[in-house]
Amino acid sequence: MLALALLCAVFAGTVQAQSADDDLRARLNALASGGFDETQRQIDAIAATGDPRAAPALEALSEGDLYFRQSDSAVFIVRTEGSGYALQDPLTLEGVGTAGRREVKKIRVNNRLRRVIRTALGTLTLRAPDPAARIEAADAIFKAQDVDSIEPLDAALAAETDTDVARHMREARAAAVLASGRPTQDKLEAIATIAARGDRDARSLLTGISNGPDTALHDAANAAIAKVERVQGLWDTARNIWFGLSLGSVLLLAAIGLAITFGVMGVINMAHGEMVMLGAYTTFVVQSLFRTAAPEYFDYSLIVALPAAFLVAGLVGIAIERGIIRFLHDRPLETLLATWGVSLILQQSVRTIFGPTNQEVGNPSFMSGAFEIGQLTITYNRLWIVVFALVVFTVLLVAMKATRFGLYVRAVTQNRRMSASMGIRTPLVDALTFGLGSGIAGIAGVALSQIDNVSPNLGQSYIIDSFMVVVFGGVGNLWGTLLGAFTLGIANKFLEPFAGAVLAKILVLVFIILFIQKRPRGLFALKGRAVDA
Amino acid sequence: MTVKHTKSLSGLALAAMLASTAFTGVQAQEETIKVGILHSLSGTMAISETTLKDAMLMLIEEQNKKGGLLGKKLEAVVVDPASDWPLFAEKARELIEVNGVSAVFGCWTSVSRKSVLPVFEELNSLLFYPVQYEGEESQRNVFYTGAAPNQQAIPAVDYLMNEEGVERWVLAGTDYVYPRTTNKILEAYLKSKGVADEDIMINYTPFGHSDWQTIVSDIKTFGSAGKKTAVVSTINGDANVPFYKELGNAGIKAEDIPVVAFSVGEEELAGLDTGPLVGHLAAWNYFQSIDTEVNAEFIDAWHAYIGDDTRVTNDPMEAHFIGFNMWVKAVEKAGTTDPDAVIDSIIGVTVPNLTGGYSAMMPNHHITKPVLIGEIQDDGQFETVWETSGLVVGDAWSDYLEGSKDLIADWRAPLSCGNFNTATGKCGGSGS
Repeated sequence: MLALALLCAVFAGTVQAQSADDDLRARLNALASGGFDETQRQIDAIAATGDPRAAPALEALSEGDLYFRQSDSAVFIVRTEGSGYALQDPLTLEGVGTAGRREVKKIRVNNRLRRVIRTALGTLTLRAPDPAARIEAADAIFKAQDVDSIEPLDAALAAETDTDVARHMREARAAAVLASGRPTQDKLEAIATIAARGDRDARSLLTGISNGPDTALHDAANAAIAKVERVQGLWDTARNIWFGLSLGSVLLLAAIGLAITFGVMGVINMAHGEMVMLGAYTTFVVQSLFRTAAPEYFDYSLIVALPAAFLVAGLVGIAIERGIIRFLHDRPLETLLATWGVSLILQQSVRTIFGPTNQEVGNPSFMSGAFEIGQLTITYNRLWIVVFALVVFTVLLVAMKATRFGLYVRAVTQNRRMSASMGIRTPLVDALTFGLGSGIAGIAGVALSQIDNVSPNLGQSYIIDSFMVVVFGGVGNLWGTLLGAFTLGIANKFLEPFAGAVLAKILVLVFIILFIQKRPRGLFALKGRAVDA
Repeated sequence: MTVKHTKSLSGLALAAMLASTAFTGVQAQEETIKVGILHSLSGTMAISETTLKDAMLMLIEEQNKKGGLLGKKLEAVVVDPASDWPLFAEKARELIEVNGVSAVFGCWTSVSRKSVLPVFEELNSLLFYPVQYEGEESQRNVFYTGAAPNQQAIPAVDYLMNEEGVERWVLAGTDYVYPRTTNKILEAYLKSKGVADEDIMINYTPFGHSDWQTIVSDIKTFGSAGKKTAVVSTINGDANVPFYKELGNAGIKAEDIPVVAFSVGEEELAGLDTGPLVGHLAAWNYFQSIDTEVNAEFIDAWHAYIGDDTRVTNDPMEAHFIGFNMWVKAVEKAGTTDPDAVIDSIIGVTVPNLTGGYSAMMPNHHITKPVLIGEIQDDGQFETVWETSGLVVGDAWSDYLEGSKDLIADWRAPLSCGNFNTATGKCGGSGS
């Protein structure tokens, strides 16, 4: 059918082309009137013409960019421009002037229409020059199980040279065949094709068949489902491990600053979560600046936000250390209460300055979306956060083990008076260490702003988890924090499918309590004289 | 700042009270009617409740511009219960006993409402509660201007069943009383419609849950059983942002598995990039995008009051708008602010709502409202795709739960009962 339309367009005279053009335009303009049911009929009619030139207009309709002019119901693809809209001809895609906000009206779509459009687009774009567009078209037909698409698919398959695209098309054809009234032999072949796909969508289709009216297919479908489920079982384990690593990296980021302030310095810092929050808000401010000053460089905003967040949180940390904590050395209970007070002050100040509502922090393009390894969907933002957490950990480890500052820090925390007599300025080291821990929490905030909501309560939700990780891993040991974070993350994710999110969390806490009974100093206990200091 | 403001306000009020006892004659023409505002301005719930405080202050200011009430000016008394449930009860007592307010507008979470109930009963005052809730309650001193389950959850499920052909259901919620009760009602309702046990998945998460990977992946698996699947979400406030982000990133499109939410409004979407969420649904009784004259006026007034024309309006704000106007009208009808008189006079009071119709206060202290289903748009607004043909009467006791289906509430004499059992013909206790 599609091929026919194309042939027509090429060989027919200008007169006929003109009339086909008018016809399609009339059909597009007809989209402007009527409710959802009427619009659906019009979309079906446009799809039936098989004219690929209708594709951009349908795409725009699905995305809510197709408008009609109030005065003559002519249909346009629009783009916001200033306070009005720039109009584009739906067929030629040429600019045809602008319109004010009240002159044009959006053509409404709902989920049902979007599904219809997706299927229609599938048939229209099977011959698109871009292989990715062809795959998308085939997948759309697969999901819709559109019986009318079998013939266009056969035609497209005959001309297809890309093996990957051809595979998608064969799967789409198989899905359509299963929904059609074709003979059982054809359907058995289709089941084999779909079983080879082996993913959730395949299982979904096959389950439909095994419950369907055609009993001749039940055995084949059930066998295929069993096969798919075996494969799925393995992938589920892989998925749990990945989710666990991802949760672990978030825990690691949240806890790693605390591993310095609490782990190394021994300060019970209840305001740690608020340092994370300050980092997230710094990201928001930096992004707002980018949005107004240089929107085209928005993707780089996080790179600027990292040092900014480190500085903001670090300076606040130094101020807290100089202003409060240094007067409370060796008084853990008072430190706990004082830093908790500081956390409330910081929360309420942020609430007063930025308002109580969530702030929108955008994902740069390299952190949006997902890719698939086999049947494992890995989202880019989670992947980058795992990488980022490991980088931060490595840098911190090197800073503590291989730099002069790191040596001072370790010396001061192990034996303050001895270090002071060696000529180390202990107050300065204290302030800088606390600043470092806070600054690291700040850059953790930059990462967490990508997956969590940026509100004044952001920090509260991480403080308990952070302490849990540090205590479990062993106070004062960075490796312990790393291992603790990933262990808890993976344990949590393996428990969650069975126990549910609430119970999984409780079980993990119970496990930690028992563990601490057995090993009071966590996974990695510090050895040597510092232990009892 | 607001807290300080409050203190000085209540200080003033105290001074005024002392003064008025001393010079009653002189002070008479400066007497005001006090209205209490009981919304958290700090703590977890500040994110939602601060806006409602501002909306109330705006409504009171507008009423004063129109000449006040019964010839007196209205005076707002703002307190901050700080998202702390027992503090809600203390602050409510303070408003009624110390400040002598005539009515209180406030509370958000069900647990805060439950905490103040005994106070309002004991001191016989009025509370207007503006948030959608789980039902199963009707109290003489409380007016529920938000949606009961039959004004939000049930119509939303009906829409998915009839318009989208959904056969498999994920009921996902935060682990506390509102989602648990709502899901109990929904489960009973779905089963009454012939949905099988294995086609319902119920999932609860803690407050502020932020790691949604497993659950989103479970939803994807659950949705691949060859039947059209939808998620009914009673996930509360903050946890929604990471949930929707995860959905978007995992590539779950509204065309495949739509999510209909009962706690996500314009305000919650303000913190989100809504591009990947287009088409997901929400059920409310009001959307900012509603195209009526009265709504345009309300939005303009709100923007002018708050001084920022990017601030959104939402459903609980409309509920306060309706509740406040009902109270004003009832006080005018009764000619006094005396709670007993207002409780009698407010039943049957009808005021315009923002969606172009009229809402009435029913004898069960719930109101009539239209139910709207909206799809999320990429500008963070909702577009109405379906609405009930008429107004729906709020039902205090669900018809789908054992033990509550025989109960009715009617606060008119001679019944005057919030839980009258039609089976036993007695007031009080739970039903059969």
